[in-house]
Amino acid sequence: MTLASALLPLDIALGVIVYWLLLGLAGLFSRNSHFITRYIFPAAALGSLVLAAAALFSLGGPANIAVLPLGLPDLPFHLRLDALSAFFLLLLGAASTGISIYAAGYFRHMSGATLGLLCFEYHLFLLGMALVFIADDAYLFMVAWETMALSSYFLVTTDHAVPEIRRAGFLYLLIAHVGAIAILMSFGVMQGGHGDYTFATMRGAQLDTFWASITFLLALFGFGAKAGILPLHVWLPEAHPAAPSPISAMMSGIMLKTAIYGILRVSFDLLDMQLWWWGAIALTLGLVTALFGVLFAAVQSDMKRLLAYSSIENIGIILVGIGLAIIFHSFGKEALAALALTAALYHSLNHSFMKSLLFLGTGSVLHATGERNLGKLGGLIRRMPKLALLVLVGTLALAGLPPLNGFVSEWLLLQAFLLSPGLPNSYLNMLVPIAAAALALAAALAAYVMVKFYGIIFLGQPREANLVEKAQDIGTHEWLGLAWLALGCIVLGIFPVYIITQIDHITQMLVGQHLGGAMQNGWMWLTPIQADRASYNPLILIGTIVLGVLFTLYMVKKFYHRRLRRSAAWDCGYPEQTARMQDTAEGFGQPIRQIFDLFFGVTREVPSPFDKKPHYRGETRDLLWEWCYLPIAALTEKISALVGRLQHGRIHIYLLYSFVTLLALLAFVR
Amino acid sequence: MNILNIYSGQLINLFAALVLLIAFAMLAQRRVLSLINLFALQGLLLAASTALVAWSSDQHHLYYSAALTLVLKVLFLPWLLHRLIRKLNVKWDIETLINIPTTMLLGLALVVFSFNLAGPISEIAGTITRSTLGIAIASVLLSFLMMITRSKAVPQVIGFLAMENGLFFAAVTATYGMPMVVELGIALDILVGMIIMGIFFFQIRATFDSLELKHMEKLRED
Repeated sequence: MTLASALLPLDIALGVIVYWLLLGLAGLFSRNSHFITRYIFPAAALGSLVLAAAALFSLGGPANIAVLPLGLPDLPFHLRLDALSAFFLLLLGAASTGISIYAAGYFRHMSGATLGLLCFEYHLFLLGMALVFIADDAYLFMVAWETMALSSYFLVTTDHAVPEIRRAGFLYLLIAHVGAIAILMSFGVMQGGHGDYTFATMRGAQLDTFWASITFLLALFGFGAKAGILPLHVWLPEAHPAAPSPISAMMSGIMLKTAIYGILRVSFDLLDMQLWWWGAIALTLGLVTALFGVLFAAVQSDMKRLLAYSSIENIGIILVGIGLAIIFHSFGKEALAALALTAALYHSLNHSFMKSLLFLGTGSVLHATGERNLGKLGGLIRRMPKLALLVLVGTLALAGLPPLNGFVSEWLLLQAFLLSPGLPNSYLNMLVPIAAAALALAAALAAYVMVKFYGIIFLGQPREANLVEKAQDIGTHEWLGLAWLALGCIVLGIFPVYIITQIDHITQMLVGQHLGGAMQNGWMWLTPIQADRASYNPLILIGTIVLGVLFTLYMVKKFYHRRLRRSAAWDCGYPEQTARMQDTAEGFGQPIRQIFDLFFGVTREVPSPFDKKPHYRGETRDLLWEWCYLPIAALTEKISALVGRLQHGRIHIYLLYSFVTLLALLAFVR
Repeated sequence: MNILNIYSGQLINLFAALVLLIAFAMLAQRRVLSLINLFALQGLLLAASTALVAWSSDQHHLYYSAALTLVLKVLFLPWLLHRLIRKLNVKWDIETLINIPTTMLLGLALVVFSFNLAGPISEIAGTITRSTLGIAIASVLLSFLMMITRSKAVPQVIGFLAMENGLFFAAVTATYGMPMVVELGIALDILVGMIIMGIFFFQIRATFDSLELKHMEKLRED
């Protein structure tokens, strides 16, 4: 018997968690930036890889259970590694492998003391997320959840000298805690009066419809705050740009998925029933979130904000899949539920790769140029060709173009929609086609956003020549990390059938049904339901594309004038053209802003025609911030001011408070 | 024996009445020095009545409580307080925040409230001292009132100590005292609390040049 087979996957996961903790402590105490970047971050990546491998091999296996003698007296930590946990551990391990390698290069220039602290928080963040996935009682779950929230808060505020970053961090912390309270209450309802907070008890608890609905709504709210579902998304576009890029990548790529995991765990595993209107709520929220995210992404001019809004969109798409799965599951259409669930899980995995890749890519651009504003970049493809190639992979994947991974999951989701007519509820039958159309719109707009992202940063002429000229291409570590993630995007896109057979273990566990048909035409053909309805073969598609390109090239060489010609493109007869005349980020988003004017709070300062130094300023605000958050903030401030009046600073008054309270209580208990 | 029991019951009632009287006297007393003496006297009455309860109900552990009260509240704490005011030189008359007659009237209302409150409890208590529960609660509340109405730090501490006296009295009369461990713990708390407050007095005076509590108002957050 070899060592690997003697160890349970759960033991390996725990081992990696302890290993990360030790690495974090080593970084904290060494405070040597060379040591940390050269050894600790690559070592962490190795741990991630081991975790991913262990999770992958445990996907089909039985659930492992363990009870750790840690925690409070009589309240030990329960652990469980089942297919759902394994899938998300795989996601965590695989994505964090790339991010950790990249971080080894990215943090190279940081001073030792700051980096030591950051290294510690980074590993705490990693292990907090891993613990969230294997927790099997509400107590450990909340501890891990808060570890994750707090460590990421400190990571977001790494540059705490900047006031905006402090503000972003505070907003993040606030919403994270509001969400955590909702999650805690949801667990409280779910234990059903047993007083036992293990998930095993919650699975067995018999809740009536009312309390089950309360639980689901609380969980959706609580996890939604972490995922950035409307209207709890406001922290996301603030916190992601504030954090250093590897942290943004980890938050967007992995941390948002902990919320998806939570929603799945509560709604499919812990609750023993599902109502169709839960699914309808999730579906609607998901659609609104997706459209909102993509529209706002289209009008951003800060590249990291753009990606943050795009994350909101993708979370929306995943939530649509979950909502659809709940609807199907509640009507007993398990095969369709399995399809929608597969799409949601697949998209989670895809998003963790492509969004990490792009966030890391923006990190490299930021390092090279010191600029986040799209309006000052441009033409980087010539200065940073290695980076441009890898980011292109992520961009195409996020745009949902075949044969990359983004296409597969969105295609699966649309298949689930197309197969859905015949639900026994007429409202739903009307909702579903609209939702499918909205989803298609979001997917198309996402491609538009990605064209803007890539085109403005990498293509064209440098808008600020001095910024771009000094840019250096990425180093080995960065390249390795990005290449790992890009490879993931390609592999996930080309071998969807293998991935789906792995996801089948989860759908089997959650809805008792799996996409057995995916394999029916051999390993190359992805056939979700039946071959005569729809199937997809990425290899044939690639082959066609490659052949088409080669053919075109050949034809051009053969029949065109056979020489390379360099001239100004589309100069439209202008005698001179400068880099400032190119389409800007604002210009690119302009049509979207015009069409969807209703959803944006736009303020514009247009210069007068006689201005010698014209200055244009356009600002797009989030209307939800003004409608939802500012009134709540004003109300809170008013109440606080009232409560503040109790604060006199006079001991006698304080004594009087307790005296009156005492008398009132005495009179009450009498 | 029966007769003795009756007399001891009467005697305890008498002591209880005296405790209440002293509580009122403390409420009205302006001089710190006399306040400390009144506090010591209250402790003495407490010790005597505890011993009497112990004797009449054969609760031997109450003898220890009585001895503890005698040593701590009649001898040690008053001595400490005397030393403190000598060192701090705060023998002056106290200005109260509310004038004394009003305070007394408030005190009367509190006593009525306490007896009203103690009525149902006394009926279920099986002790010979149950009728004095109202007095015990009243003396707690009166001491509290004294803490509220005084503007200087030392009388407030005395009020705090007197409040503990009242609580102790309530415990003895309602249930023949708390378990010995609890009583020892409380006694130790009082002692430590007193010492800490003594240190604070010096700190406060060093910071504000006075023991007037109103100077501490500026410590609040604006």
